[in-house]
Amino acid sequence: MGLIHETDYGTPAAKSDKQVTLTIDGRSVTVPEGTSIMRAAMEIGTEIPKLCATDMLDSFGSCRVCLVEIDGRGGTPASCTTPVAEGISVRTQSDRLSAIRRGVMELYVSDHPLGWDANSGLGGSEFDAVVKSVGLTENRYGTDGRNHVAPGNGSLNIDYIARDTSNPYFAYDPAQCIVCSRCVRACEEVQGTFALTVEGRGFESRIAAGPTNFLESECVSCGACVQACPTDALREKSVLAMGMPTSSVVTTCAYCGVGCSFKAEMQGEELVRMVPWKDGKANRGHSCVKGRFAYGYSSHKDRILNPMVRDKITDPWREVTWDEAFAHITKEFRRIQYQYGKGAIGGITSSRCTNEETYLVQKLVRQGFGNNNVDTCARVCHSPTGYGLGQTYGTSAGTQDFDSVEATDVVMIIGANPTDGHPVFASRLKKRLRQGAKLIVLDPRRTDIVRSAHVEAQHHLPLKPGTNVAMLTALAHVIVTEGLFDEAFIRERCDWSEFEDWAAFVAEPQNSPEVVGALAGVEPEEIRGAARLYATGGNGAIYYGLGVTEHSQGSTTVMAIANLAMATGNIGRPGVGVNPLRGQNNVQGACDMGSFPHELPGYRHISGDAVRDIYESLWSTKLDNEPGLRIPNMLDAAVEGTFMGIYIQGEDILQSDPDTRHVSAGLAAMECVVVHDLFLNETANYAHVFLPGSTFLEKDGTFTNAERRINRVRKVMAPRNGLADWEVTQKLAQAMGLDWNYAHPSAIMDEIAKTTPSFQLVSYDYLDKMGSVQWPCNEKSPLGTPIMHIDGFVRGKGKFIRTEYVATDEKTGPRFPLLLTTGRILSQYNVGAQTRRTDNVVWHDEDRLEIHPHDAEQRGLRDGDWVRLASRAGETTLRSLITERVAPGVVYTTFHHPNTQANVITTDFSDWATNCPEYKVTAVQVTPSNGPSDWQVDYQDQARQSRRIARRLEAAE
Amino acid sequence: MTMQQASTQIAARTAAIIAEHQGLEGPLLPILHGIQDEFGFVPQDALPVIADALNISNAEVHGVVTFYHDYRRAPAGRHVVKLCRAEACQSMGGDALAAKLQALLGIGFHETSADGAVTLEPVYCLGLCACAPSAMVDGEVIGRLDAERIEEIAAEIRA
Repeated sequence: MGLIHETDYGTPAAKSDKQVTLTIDGRSVTVPEGTSIMRAAMEIGTEIPKLCATDMLDSFGSCRVCLVEIDGRGGTPASCTTPVAEGISVRTQSDRLSAIRRGVMELYVSDHPLGWDANSGLGGSEFDAVVKSVGLTENRYGTDGRNHVAPGNGSLNIDYIARDTSNPYFAYDPAQCIVCSRCVRACEEVQGTFALTVEGRGFESRIAAGPTNFLESECVSCGACVQACPTDALREKSVLAMGMPTSSVVTTCAYCGVGCSFKAEMQGEELVRMVPWKDGKANRGHSCVKGRFAYGYSSHKDRILNPMVRDKITDPWREVTWDEAFAHITKEFRRIQYQYGKGAIGGITSSRCTNEETYLVQKLVRQGFGNNNVDTCARVCHSPTGYGLGQTYGTSAGTQDFDSVEATDVVMIIGANPTDGHPVFASRLKKRLRQGAKLIVLDPRRTDIVRSAHVEAQHHLPLKPGTNVAMLTALAHVIVTEGLFDEAFIRERCDWSEFEDWAAFVAEPQNSPEVVGALAGVEPEEIRGAARLYATGGNGAIYYGLGVTEHSQGSTTVMAIANLAMATGNIGRPGVGVNPLRGQNNVQGACDMGSFPHELPGYRHISGDAVRDIYESLWSTKLDNEPGLRIPNMLDAAVEGTFMGIYIQGEDILQSDPDTRHVSAGLAAMECVVVHDLFLNETANYAHVFLPGSTFLEKDGTFTNAERRINRVRKVMAPRNGLADWEVTQKLAQAMGLDWNYAHPSAIMDEIAKTTPSFQLVSYDYLDKMGSVQWPCNEKSPLGTPIMHIDGFVRGKGKFIRTEYVATDEKTGPRFPLLLTTGRILSQYNVGAQTRRTDNVVWHDEDRLEIHPHDAEQRGLRDGDWVRLASRAGETTLRSLITERVAPGVVYTTFHHPNTQANVITTDFSDWATNCPEYKVTAVQVTPSNGPSDWQVDYQDQARQSRRIARRLEAAE
Repeated sequence: MTMQQASTQIAARTAAIIAEHQGLEGPLLPILHGIQDEFGFVPQDALPVIADALNISNAEVHGVVTFYHDYRRAPAGRHVVKLCRAEACQSMGGDALAAKLQALLGIGFHETSADGAVTLEPVYCLGLCACAPSAMVDGEVIGRLDAERIEEIAAEIRA
């Protein structure tokens, strides 16, 4: 297991059909037209020394090290900026070139720290390698003159600037910097934030994060600059502390649904850093602050490493052995089933765990518990996506890969905040927008993607929360009544009479932009403009998030989106499609793996005899043909006294599910709550058994991201808790008497492939060979399926469905005049269990309530004041943030911190089809406050009591 | 309070200057010139307003402002003397004139006198090499400088 070395071709690949043949050092090479000489040389293994060039960035030509000679041309052009030409003959080595390169490097070295230590450098940078490769042995200029290196020998050196260590994860040492601008260009071209610049000119030129330090600047800490830096000027603090890594393993990030590939770079069993992998097809070598740096939670002191049991939730925890824990669960679950019936227990699979692990949990429930009481956290996020896209197109997943955005002309973002929630995809999107693609945003908030450096939406429709369906139908109204639909596509791919029925519906006057605009608080002309742009602007792609699904009409909204894409023919080729941005790393996979009470793996209904037969014969068990309970039903049943035991794998339902009081009442009513997690999360306050979990670094498996891409997760260290999560579930199943003998997660995947048609060809060997594949991956599409519905919809004909707008029952009134909506922030992830245990808290250490200045003034609130936030369900307190990002009448908060308990406020209204909770609309009132609410005080008290662990007594001397 | 007023005033006047130039192709430099004309320097508080209006980052504005020495970070003196320090003027005795002028004004290069009367700056070529050594006083170029002329300039400024 060595260090994975990725080839740097120096400049990006050229996209051209025309091939050009040239000679480099006497060897012939054929490359696409537009390729640089530098890249062409690297294609045949000839590495030309370079400093300012890297294949993640456009060529720049500033360092003057990569010079070459071309027969018949004068001078020594830079190979990075000189494109290949037919028939030319290039020399990369000659005495003249060597002399020039040495001369250039000698000048660099004369203003660069000597010797390698923590204060100068590590000796492992690209700069150090180039010094060696050009054969530089002396520095005739010395280092005494004016320089950026030394703090001054007793006198002041005005050119010296001390190291900037303000960012928690990396340091910037101006003394090491050669001002090649790679970091500035990475921030612009790759990340799209433009937080870095070259300050001053001439000898005073320096890289700067604007007029301030890195932490206080516009920097989002994505790490692209650190990755791009060819010197030790920008360097991970972990590397400065531990030295360079010695081995690396490619794995998949466990944060959001983008599913970035990373190299976990190690020294033995210690993780030194995470570096995005260029061959990762979701991220193409880019990363965000979470995946790149926020992995410290895996070794945080709060992590629980031993199983624990207690009789009552008021008792302190007692540490036990694994076997004792499994025996206790088995005894309790069997007792409950005997006492209350077979259906009195169930399980929840985790979207954070691997496909293999979620598969095992649903198998345990179906085979071991003998019922279908299994659900997953997708219930509370994207269950309407599965339902809506399944009904209209025939598959419960997005239609495209992320590369598709490169061919998009018009992007419509609905209820998603990609720069915070899916930052790596947002960077790829912003790159396309800077190339000229147009943008439409439907969001109550003015998110960063609506307007930030070099990106500006053509149309922002700041609709009132809860009016999605009306708004999308109004867009359809314009497309239909103005004749902008794609008749040929509809006639070929859909049912024309269904379309006519739908068209007649959307054309009704109550669906016009004028009526809907008044209802949703949006200018009708903006709605018309957006509809025309989407329908006529070329390849139109829709990306949407939880702002679509987490509503009482979430499923209807998904269908309305599907209708729009079909009506305009934006399905079935690169650059178009309907793309849910999935929240968690493996929420797609958890859904695929049969985590729903009504579906077996591959979205096959439990009532289908043929499907049940497959599993019944393999598992030698009779399966229940009736769907089981969903999470909210389990909680209801618990309160009623008919559901008494639950196994929760890696999900914190108390913090993440709506109406916290209801959740806590349900959990408190149960007799055996088993929580399997890294930390004593909020749900664990109500648990009787705690099974310690393992991190993504500690196990093998696969995650499936938002583009249906199955990515390998590879173990880089032994589980600190002793067992990987799949082993925990397997041992529990064995304790319950099931004959499970998986030696490795690959055996679980083999079983999945054997029983699930869309995974037919998937195996660990195949994934190792292919890197990753997008399901369906079977005999029909052995390479996987980057883009779905190419020649026809999976269900046959695409189905247009009427989308009648029914306003939510959650309405504002005199007591609760404002609408609360919730969301995320870049540096924190979901309930924050991981990111709150990292240095990411420097960017966001509490949840704040965003409120418009107008609403704030009416209530006499100043920025930062404590406010009481109350709804019909409950109340909490937090500090205010006055901003015009939200419209008057709308307030917004994140839900990353348990003390805020934003879900105390949210109600139990939910999607009509899937029970996905209506997080995004709650009628609230905001008033000044001077401290935490009674609930918060009681809750914290209960949480503190509940987290006590009775330490084993040491033997007395 | 006065500080806050000042910063909101800067923002308001900056916004007016931006509005005047925003339609131009490449409006940043004309805007910065307009701001320097208005305030006598480019106030730090103006930068975020410009960045927001042009939809570029604060860092980009900072990069441009710091690149051009002519954009001042602080107000200049009532008079600005720029003495050419480039090769042709040096060869015609520029070094001696520089020393004399600094002594007469009592300040070094890049400095403003304590009474706010004058700011002295080096400049690298005014395009007057044929009449070297040369200088620019309050925007007006002066060629064929000698010790006597330097004394006259200093006296005028001190008057």
